[in-house]
Amino acid sequence: MSNDSHHEENFLQKYIFSVDHKIIGIQYGITSLMFLFFGFCLMMVMRWQLAYPETPVPYIGGLLGETGILMPEIYNMLGAMHGTIMIFLGVVPLAVGAFGNYIVPLQIGAPDMAFPKLNAASYWSYFIGGVIMLASFFLPEGAARSGWTSYPPLSIFETGQTAWLIGMVFLITSSLLGSMNIIVTIVQLRAPGLTWFRLPFFVWGQFVTAFLLVLAFPPLEAAAVLQLMDRVAQTSFFLPSGLVYSGAAVDVYGSGSPLLWQHLFWFLAHPEVYVLILPAMGIVGDVIANNTRKPLWGYKSIVYGSVFLGFMSFIVWAHHMFLTGMGQAMSSFFQTTTMIISIPSVIILTSFFISLWGASIRFTTPMLFALAFLPMFGIGGLTGLPLGVGASDIHLHDTYYVIGHFHYVVAPGTIFALFAGIYYWFPKMTGRKMSEALGKLHFWPSLIFMNGIFLPMFIQGLAGVSRRLYDGGQSYAHAQDVLQWNEFMSISAFCLAAAQIPFFINIFVSMFNGEKVGRNPWQSTTIEWSAPSPPLPHRNFENQVEVYRGPYEYSVPGADKDFSPQTEK
Amino acid sequence: MQIPYITEERPDTGLTNSKLGIWVFLASEIMLFGGLFSAYVFLRIAAPEGDFAYWGSKLNIPMATINTLVLISSSMTMIMSWASLKMKDFEKYKMYMGLTLLFASIFLVIKYFEYTGKFHHGIYPSSSTFMGIYFTLTGLHMLHIIGGMIVMGYFWLPFGNKMWTTEPERFTNRIEIAGLYWHFVDLVWIFLFPILYLL
Repeated sequence: MSNDSHHEENFLQKYIFSVDHKIIGIQYGITSLMFLFFGFCLMMVMRWQLAYPETPVPYIGGLLGETGILMPEIYNMLGAMHGTIMIFLGVVPLAVGAFGNYIVPLQIGAPDMAFPKLNAASYWSYFIGGVIMLASFFLPEGAARSGWTSYPPLSIFETGQTAWLIGMVFLITSSLLGSMNIIVTIVQLRAPGLTWFRLPFFVWGQFVTAFLLVLAFPPLEAAAVLQLMDRVAQTSFFLPSGLVYSGAAVDVYGSGSPLLWQHLFWFLAHPEVYVLILPAMGIVGDVIANNTRKPLWGYKSIVYGSVFLGFMSFIVWAHHMFLTGMGQAMSSFFQTTTMIISIPSVIILTSFFISLWGASIRFTTPMLFALAFLPMFGIGGLTGLPLGVGASDIHLHDTYYVIGHFHYVVAPGTIFALFAGIYYWFPKMTGRKMSEALGKLHFWPSLIFMNGIFLPMFIQGLAGVSRRLYDGGQSYAHAQDVLQWNEFMSISAFCLAAAQIPFFINIFVSMFNGEKVGRNPWQSTTIEWSAPSPPLPHRNFENQVEVYRGPYEYSVPGADKDFSPQTEK
Repeated sequence: MQIPYITEERPDTGLTNSKLGIWVFLASEIMLFGGLFSAYVFLRIAAPEGDFAYWGSKLNIPMATINTLVLISSSMTMIMSWASLKMKDFEKYKMYMGLTLLFASIFLVIKYFEYTGKFHHGIYPSSSTFMGIYFTLTGLHMLHIIGGMIVMGYFWLPFGNKMWTTEPERFTNRIEIAGLYWHFVDLVWIFLFPILYLL
């Protein structure tokens, strides 16, 4: 627990099975960055196939069979696992597990999370889930091949699904334990004087996110249990009567419904989108306020907006299902709620833009990533509107347009914000700053190549190219005019991988040789910067923190410096 | 610096950490069983006329009625064990906690006979959609019972309850938290019983 810092800990207790939120946060961070990189590698193999169909994949072709050509079964496997790994093992653990764990207790002036042991259990459950997902590649039946959405009936007949479902149960348990902990920590462990409207927006983002995870994930767990029953106990929850598969009638009782899976799945997976975006918005809010040296414009509307966003995200899920024939009334309802939910996102984004107005902006690396987040997320969000309206969704559904839309939200959106967070809080975690030069060398190519990958997807999608096509549309008449983009997108993806090299070099070099910094290198106001860098093991602060002011009191008229920390009277 | 509000309540929220934690956890449990209950409703509507009623009539209502009474009794003894700790009567606590564990075991034994009875008649989860959801819901509920028994057994056995001598207030809180979980598991059964056996 928190009070055992007086006795000596050995290496295993200190760095592996630690219950200190900072160590667990870093464990989450390293693991999820590795999964992000792995998930990206899976995609690069697929992009090779899309650009140069049926030619041997260079370097790693030997792993894919004798010819070195990516076969359709493995293509499907890579696609399903790319989505699963990126979302459930990469972005969410990095945003919630790593940043939530490391930063939230520091930003509220707490010595640790409320339940340190549960926190460790959460990480290890995530770790086991990740191992199961990775191990599924080596099982005789291979990994899951039915997309990250695992739509039945196909998923029930495809091999590899069982390991996916078991892995998901571990990941869901992990996020349940983690988000419970975050909620209790924020409600109970705020330092004296830290009222709700003195919380930094990052903490609010994590708070709403934690509620989404606690309430939205269990229905997916229920669905996963039902699908597992369908696979191992031959039930037919998701299999209708009279189903024919591979030319033979399927021998099950029937009378189930594949639509039931879609409802349960999207009941999780739509809030999951906001799980991906809210922590990112939180990071961007903090970074923008710090680098504009101004209070965040419209702080209260941003907070109310994010709470409203969280609430609304539970009643928009069926906009993923307009083409399932669920009926006019249902479609109208979900179109309306989908249009309403865009309002709080616009409020938040607009407030961030207005925060830039008249500021003397410091163009540090975290700020560059945060600034790039704004238009990128803007593109991602606005291209979502046509998908939220039934009439236009009929044309765009399941095309590359959809892929472009949500990748704009998640890749140059959320992942850029997470990069901003890494550059911003790295000095707090290590006591050393990351190199600005390498940071800029990381940022500019990343920005260019991200757009190089995802912008042409809108063009292809509007032309009608379906997603999940093994040959990238070669055999489809309506794709012929936009085929030339495939190679361009693939080369952009390979260049994007190369653009991450400065980032990895930066982390390793800066960890040992970066410029040493004190407590508050960014001259920030929030509480984590009043702790030593890195914060003390198991207690963070030397003394109990007391809070006297709001989170973003920059350039207060009459103050002797341009930032007034929350902990200073 | 210790983590605050483990035994004493935070003044402005009026809660201890674990009290809030268990309520958040139970909220997620409600969503888990809520998801399964809505799946039940969805499948029942999608099923052919009379299908659910026909398969439902194969369940053993007397056994389930006894089990309902057993579980409600276990909830009562759970309360009593917590109340005994509040009154500093550790021997009574041991007795009531032991009774709770006994009732939970009786529940599992009866459930075992119910399950094997079905298997003897060749009824498995794959026999029908109703049987599938029956085995899934009651099976998941049984896992919750077993999980609760592990926790309560730990607090009942000497190596788990030695906290009573060092931090009695904290130990009492732990029993209260375990009790909240146990009542929830009981409540789930109160819903399962009518929708599976009686409807």
